[in-house]
Amino acid sequence: MSKTIQLTLKVWRQRGGGQKGFFETYQAKDISTDMSFLEMLDVVNETLVHQGKDPIAFDHDCREGICGACGSVVNGIPHGPEKATTLCQLHMRHFQDGQTLVIEPFRARAFKVIKDLVVDRSAFDQIVQAGGYVSVNSSQAPEANSTPVPADMAELAMDAAACIGCGACVAACPNASAMLFTGAKISHLVLLPQGKPEAAKRAMAMIQKMDELGFGNCSNHKECEAVCPKEISISNIARFNREFLKASFVSPEKIGEETKKSEGE
Amino acid sequence: MKLDPKVPGGPLVGKWDRHRFELKLVNPANKRKFEIIVVGTGLAGASASATLAELGYNVKTFCIQDSPRRAHSIAAQGGINAAKNYPGDGDSIWRLFYDTVKGGDFRAREANVYRLAQISNQIIDLCVAQGVPFAREYGGLLANRSFGGAQVSRTFYARGQTGQQLLVGAYHAMMRQVHAGKVKMFPRREMVDLVVVNDQARGIIVRNLITGQMESHAAHAVVLATGGYGNVYFLSTNGMSGNVSAIWRAHKKGALFANPCFTQIHPTCIPVHGTYQSKLTLMSESLRNDGRVWVPAQPGDKRNPNDIAEPERDYFLERKYPSFGNLVPRDVASRNAKEMCDEGKGVGPTGYAVYLDFKEAIQRDGAEVIKKKYGNLFQMYERITGENPYEAPMMIYPAIHYTMGGLWVDYNLMSTIPGLFVLGEANFSDHGSNRLGASALMQGLADGYFVIPYTIGGYLAGTRFPEVNESHSAFQESARGATEAAAGLLAVKGKRTVADFHRELGRIMWENCGMARDETGLLKAKESIPALRQEFRQNVNVPGSAADLNQSLERANRVADYLEFAELMIEDALARKESCGCHFNVAYQTEDHEAKRNDETSCYVAAWEFNGVGKPPTLHKEPLVFENVALAQRSYK
Repeated sequence: MSKTIQLTLKVWRQRGGGQKGFFETYQAKDISTDMSFLEMLDVVNETLVHQGKDPIAFDHDCREGICGACGSVVNGIPHGPEKATTLCQLHMRHFQDGQTLVIEPFRARAFKVIKDLVVDRSAFDQIVQAGGYVSVNSSQAPEANSTPVPADMAELAMDAAACIGCGACVAACPNASAMLFTGAKISHLVLLPQGKPEAAKRAMAMIQKMDELGFGNCSNHKECEAVCPKEISISNIARFNREFLKASFVSPEKIGEETKKSEGE
Repeated sequence: MKLDPKVPGGPLVGKWDRHRFELKLVNPANKRKFEIIVVGTGLAGASASATLAELGYNVKTFCIQDSPRRAHSIAAQGGINAAKNYPGDGDSIWRLFYDTVKGGDFRAREANVYRLAQISNQIIDLCVAQGVPFAREYGGLLANRSFGGAQVSRTFYARGQTGQQLLVGAYHAMMRQVHAGKVKMFPRREMVDLVVVNDQARGIIVRNLITGQMESHAAHAVVLATGGYGNVYFLSTNGMSGNVSAIWRAHKKGALFANPCFTQIHPTCIPVHGTYQSKLTLMSESLRNDGRVWVPAQPGDKRNPNDIAEPERDYFLERKYPSFGNLVPRDVASRNAKEMCDEGKGVGPTGYAVYLDFKEAIQRDGAEVIKKKYGNLFQMYERITGENPYEAPMMIYPAIHYTMGGLWVDYNLMSTIPGLFVLGEANFSDHGSNRLGASALMQGLADGYFVIPYTIGGYLAGTRFPEVNESHSAFQESARGATEAAAGLLAVKGKRTVADFHRELGRIMWENCGMARDETGLLKAKESIPALRQEFRQNVNVPGSAADLNQSLERANRVADYLEFAELMIEDALARKESCGCHFNVAYQTEDHEAKRNDETSCYVAAWEFNGVGKPPTLHKEPLVFENVALAQRSYK
């Protein structure tokens, strides 16, 4: 049943990119345990506006766990303590009366803070631009059933394609690696026959872009998998590594440069 | 003004072919000389951007979100229809066309709907080629399911995430064109004005949501794919940033707005739990296949549902509709739930909910069978409400879900402003007064991948374009106007927050222009909306500055537009002297409480012309002519 709780929030405030940020303390009073975490922030913001203060900026849109816009670090965990749950689907009944919550933006070299809890995740779009697609024009498609896809492969591809691009994996990783995100993208496409022809080129291009953007490498901490709201498996990283290795064999011009990089790390 | 829908002549089946032949072509070498602006990156906007770029046009694409992949198409669950007839159960292009026209209660344009059904199959081909992981049979071929009461299995799906997967496909195609240099992507931008020069749409003004700068962008044509306006009701299943602003501002520049009162309400959503609630979450209506809907027979009965004995329960859908029972269509189920709550029989903390009970199904089939069918939905319900639907009945309530109205467009998807095209939910085109399940995704992608690439070419090839760029005075005026409007909102420094106004407007609309409408309520709303708008102008409190990321200001801009637009919805609802589809005026109903159309007087598209804020708009009617289907009364007996 619904009840109300009192919370103390320590929220990261930063007026803009490149400016110095700081923690500000707020009291979240009479919070219904039926609220979502973002609704709790809405209530705090309404109070701040009434007090003539600047409300806390945070990204959000669908509020049903699928658009990937929301996400902050709550008490050290991206998207907060509930497993397989985005911040917008996290409900206040999972917190105790009197608890203190520390709320911070996702932090990574490749994700710059724009304001308060809002970060720039356009690096993910750039990784996709580098090759995360099948090169087919709208007018070029063959009949849909002309290429059967084994049901189990389609299911595996769907598991990977469930990624919502929220960036929690990067925020959780001590290396701020984007391997889970990129691995999921690569897996989704390479598991399907439609994605095979460009597999090598895609793996090379995406890994290069990832490195260039300042994401770190994977060193098997598995923090990414633990916080992923869509439970994307790290086996996608293993598949990504395999694709990269295979690509190194078929792309002789890239092999020198790429092996040097991966040996160095 | 005479509305010309530009429907090609000849038999229905050959219209689109013939039209594509008759459209002028742009020489391949000339395509690169044209700039096209696309606003919005949902299914319609992303697919249009990708395809136009593939053809060689220079495309500039804008979205509100931080990434184009987050547009609210992503939240669609159920699936996408196509007339592939893979199951061999009697489907055809003609049947999909007929079902869509009938489902829309005969208030859509025949030729547009037929084209949609024709294109549906190509969409599936393309999505598969892009790597959309549709569900498959063990033999590796595509799986289908029946959806939304359709008698054939024509719905393709990717678990409960079909919208997400289709959007990712379109987003990938668009990212490929960004890489190729043919699409220039502008995220975190909100369109604040349409720029019209010499009666042609020639560009837009956008607010950079990070810096607050007003930016001017000129082009040869503008494509709006900015989605629906369900958030006028404050609570809806839409994403938080969904707005009417882009199409409303185009409307104020001369584009007619069609059928604004046609809004769809979905019966199985998780109920409102408090005034702080920010949005509503939909659950698949397949739940009604096994769940029984009921309320306590006595108003005000607040006992635990498990303590209320069978004779003290009212299974109102089963009682009123003995043959269809809990499976009556969306609008009927929604209206009846509202009626029960209005009589004081509603349950839950707010009294605005009805029970959806699986007890009998669990006793009959066993918990395991029910879990297999609905496990993920039960889990979602428990995550949000904290209650276990295996032990106590679920609570549900209807919620605003989709808007069939939108800017008026002709067969080419061009509005009444030359060079302004409108796609997807933002236009009014294909769903009449009620949209069928799994048809929104189909329409968005049809418009973007397979209609606009042809029709925009016809426009560009057949039009003379005087030289216009961003230094033209029209851009400067628009940018100045938008800057002043933002400054004006910040300067009020009143006592009520933007959300507070939005909530009140939503309540007015929900109560008076929601599931069931009557003249008294509509007239009441017509009075209270201008008063609320007036108070907003004098008493809103928008904190912060216009020169940086200011989410309160963004929202204030959108609510300001809703406060103007809401009045047009009321006008439209008042003017339509019939009930049809989702527009249910209690004065026009059959003995069985079904929507009673008036085909003699009301078989038209209502297209409204803007005459100034607070001034009565002018109604233009596009008569709807049905040459291929017979108008019939929907019946659920």
